[in-house]
Amino acid sequence: MFKLMEGEDAQGSFTFLFEGQPISATPGMSVAAALLAADVSIFRQTPVSQSARGPFCMMGACYDCLVYVDGMNVQACMTKARDGMKVTRVPVINEDIET
Amino acid sequence: MNPESSSTTAETVIIGGGLHGLSTALHLAMRGMKVVVLEKDRVGRHASSANAGGVRRLGRALPEVPLSVASAKIWQDISDLLDDDCGFVSSYQVKLADTDIHLDQLRDRAKQVRAIGFEHEEMIDQQTLRDLVPAVSKECIGALAVKGDGFANPFQTVRAFYTKCVDLGVVFHQGHGVETITRFADDWVVRTAKHTVTARNLVNCSGAWGGKIAAMLGDHLPIEVRAPMLMITEKMPHFMDGVAGAQGIPLSFKQFPNGTVLIGGGNVGQAYPETNETALDYQGLALSAATAWRYFPIMENAKIVRCWAGLEGFMPDNIPVIGKGYQDNVFHSFGYSAHGYQMAPICGKILSELIIDQEASLPIDAFDPARFRKNSRENGSETLEKFAS
Amino acid sequence: MNDQFDIIVIGAGPAGISAALEADHHGASVCLLDEQASAGGQIYRNVSQSTPARTKVLGSDYLKGEQLVRDLRNSGVVHRTGVTVWKVGQDGTIAYSKEEFATQIKGRHVIIANGATERSTPLPGWTKPGAMTVGAAQILMKSAGIVPTNAVLIGSGPLLYLVAQQLVTAGAPPKALVETQTKTDLLRATRHLVPALKGWKQLAKGLQLIAAIRMAGVPRFTGATNIAIHGDEKVDRVSFEANGKNHSIQVTSALLHQGVVPNTQITRSIGLKHIYSGQQHCFHPVTDLFGQSSNIVFSIAGDGAGIGGAKVAALSGKISALNAVCQIGKIPKSKCETLAAPILKKRSAELAIRPFLDAAYPPPADVLRPADETIICRCEEVTAGNIRRFASLGCKGPNQAKSFGRPGMGPCQGRYCGLTVTQILAQETKQSHDVVGAYRIRAPLKPITLKELASLETPKEPETVK
Repeated sequence: MFKLMEGEDAQGSFTFLFEGQPISATPGMSVAAALLAADVSIFRQTPVSQSARGPFCMMGACYDCLVYVDGMNVQACMTKARDGMKVTRVPVINEDIET
Repeated sequence: MNPESSSTTAETVIIGGGLHGLSTALHLAMRGMKVVVLEKDRVGRHASSANAGGVRRLGRALPEVPLSVASAKIWQDISDLLDDDCGFVSSYQVKLADTDIHLDQLRDRAKQVRAIGFEHEEMIDQQTLRDLVPAVSKECIGALAVKGDGFANPFQTVRAFYTKCVDLGVVFHQGHGVETITRFADDWVVRTAKHTVTARNLVNCSGAWGGKIAAMLGDHLPIEVRAPMLMITEKMPHFMDGVAGAQGIPLSFKQFPNGTVLIGGGNVGQAYPETNETALDYQGLALSAATAWRYFPIMENAKIVRCWAGLEGFMPDNIPVIGKGYQDNVFHSFGYSAHGYQMAPICGKILSELIIDQEASLPIDAFDPARFRKNSRENGSETLEKFAS
Repeated sequence: MNDQFDIIVIGAGPAGISAALEADHHGASVCLLDEQASAGGQIYRNVSQSTPARTKVLGSDYLKGEQLVRDLRNSGVVHRTGVTVWKVGQDGTIAYSKEEFATQIKGRHVIIANGATERSTPLPGWTKPGAMTVGAAQILMKSAGIVPTNAVLIGSGPLLYLVAQQLVTAGAPPKALVETQTKTDLLRATRHLVPALKGWKQLAKGLQLIAAIRMAGVPRFTGATNIAIHGDEKVDRVSFEANGKNHSIQVTSALLHQGVVPNTQITRSIGLKHIYSGQQHCFHPVTDLFGQSSNIVFSIAGDGAGIGGAKVAALSGKISALNAVCQIGKIPKSKCETLAAPILKKRSAELAIRPFLDAAYPPPADVLRPADETIICRCEEVTAGNIRRFASLGCKGPNQAKSFGRPGMGPCQGRYCGLTVTQILAQETKQSHDVVGAYRIRAPLKPITLKELASLETPKEPETVK
């Protein structure tokens, strides 16, 4: 769980959609920060074991915060939230698909 | 003598621990022969694990077709041979056409294959292609296809062959390159910095370094070392089972069961076989990316995670050297020109036949090293004198 | 090729900005490339957009970055933000992507100032949502003004105390500090204490932080072992042993830290010489005093060359820039040496505290020798036990390990498992870390789209193969 630090106000906040739900963000916030602030901690499931993952490094190194933004697979911590953007979870990739 | 060095005798010494060396060792060991494999780096380090894993009869040079068809039979039941499925997925390989000219070229090709008595390559129309490969670009108007071809996992294949060889008693010395090859009575004496192996038969399966070893044996074979490049994407939702190439443009495209997509097809980087190094040519990779995107629009935003290149030996006629060398009891099997992976299971068997039965069960005349022997007799004798002195 | 510059600097943290400013000052054309939207690196992240609330929490050391960023803005440096460098060629060509398009530029000399990443902390449960690095929590404060409400800090090192104190100031005191360093570590470190007194200001600051944490009533556990992070899907509890007792704390955030290590992705990809530091338990590129690497075209400045912290990084940046402008003939060697001498002296004073810190806060056995079941490669979910099994099957190095079970082959490209794989293989095969080596790194240094790669330059239409 995250909250705004003492004295920090949510001036100029706007919303974007995550899985169809409105998420509030302040200017300059990354998608990852906005989701964490909105109490979304599970960002995706791994392709290997379908286990849950969320942001880990917040600096673009670990690739655990991957989400889809307008259909593109991106690092949520490296993507600035924009008014009205559409964010979804990446589709679950199941390795055991019969081929 | 170096106290750490060892000396062994065997019936056959194989130089090169890539897939062809491993397969040859395996088939010889299965027939009870005592085999030592010398590998300068580690087993499967180069083209054998850096390749795209294509298991393909489609589009083979005509002399390779009988071998490739026989190898496909082994692949279908690869677990019987290796107790491991090598990650083999039997699905299809297609060669795509997006112009009428390309389509005609593919039709001609199918006819040529039928003319030599094989039926596996068949033309498919646009609708059949789209049913088989839904992700393919709408621009593709047909394809040449082989059902039952597919792909396997190169790492897993190397490991499976290696494990089986070890089980059957094949001895491996890894980490030291061959320094000298000399004759002692009727035997070959092969020395590395650490080991000396004395054996009646010598097999050169040295891949990109095959020409260098051949020269030490008096065979001057015109090999060129190149560095075919590959790239792989992050895991994507499953969209394709088989392998696609394209007529008239380098492309090799497949999705593995784990979701990653491998793109190759022949664009090469720089090869430095002396130091085991390769350098990537990013313009070439950009071209591969553009080609893959053109034939598979779904790839536009796919993320490339890794690019690499392997060292591979190419012959001027793009078919390998398989057969006896200039000197007694020398056998060559290299220069597979970037399409040796599928053929490894059968070629090891062919080599074992050449060594034990003196005769191969399938036609291999087209691969005879002698096709390049115009100059090798004189060069060869020079080299021999040098070794004798 | 779109652009040519005298000097290209990669990374706009204290080292990169200082280097760019110094090179600019000597009349070189300079391009500074950075992945973030604004200059500052991780240490001064977002400093130019800080709010009064954040400034109060983050303190005066953070604000020092403001001046640096202002100087950069007023300089002649070409500062390109939001770019992902994905290829660095041995001749100084650099390919990067920005907004889905790739560009290539070339520098006569390149200064790599890509800093550090936090050391990987493979503990049971560390992949669960809610577990993140201490640095990540600090980045959330700097860039978004948010704090975890229910956190425990796990690990050791100065950053642990700094962030704990910042959380206290921000009105979100952590539930506990679970520290891995032991009394023995501290005792062992005391032999470095006398030289470290040169850095007394830093030592005093550290003591102040600890005092503030104590004042806030945050419990500290030291010498913690058997740390595990629990939770069904996400973190809900942390357990550990300390002072001979088992402890369990309910939390929603587990913040991990074991110091930082040089980010060697770029330096490895160019094939520069690297060496393992037993003192810092990590690889770093080999450089001379001036940051010159084993390739004449490249200098390395800041934490990327070996961990020294922000002040050292800024000084190293200046020194590397002097080296760079000297290499390309902008200033003579004698002038370079004269100008560098006082900076070198200052830097060595700043570095005096390092051996003490390295000895006092070493990575614990839990992290250097993770339990068999612990995942070490987060992307491909390869465990420490898997790596040990590969070793028993004859695997001698990290590149070979890839062929056994895919460690390092996911999207992070081995950033978080590389060092651990080397350390485990070194233990198992009884080889030195340098002999075991590290993953071979190749471009793309970060995953790029096919479209980006294809845009590198409009490829020639290939000739039709007959």
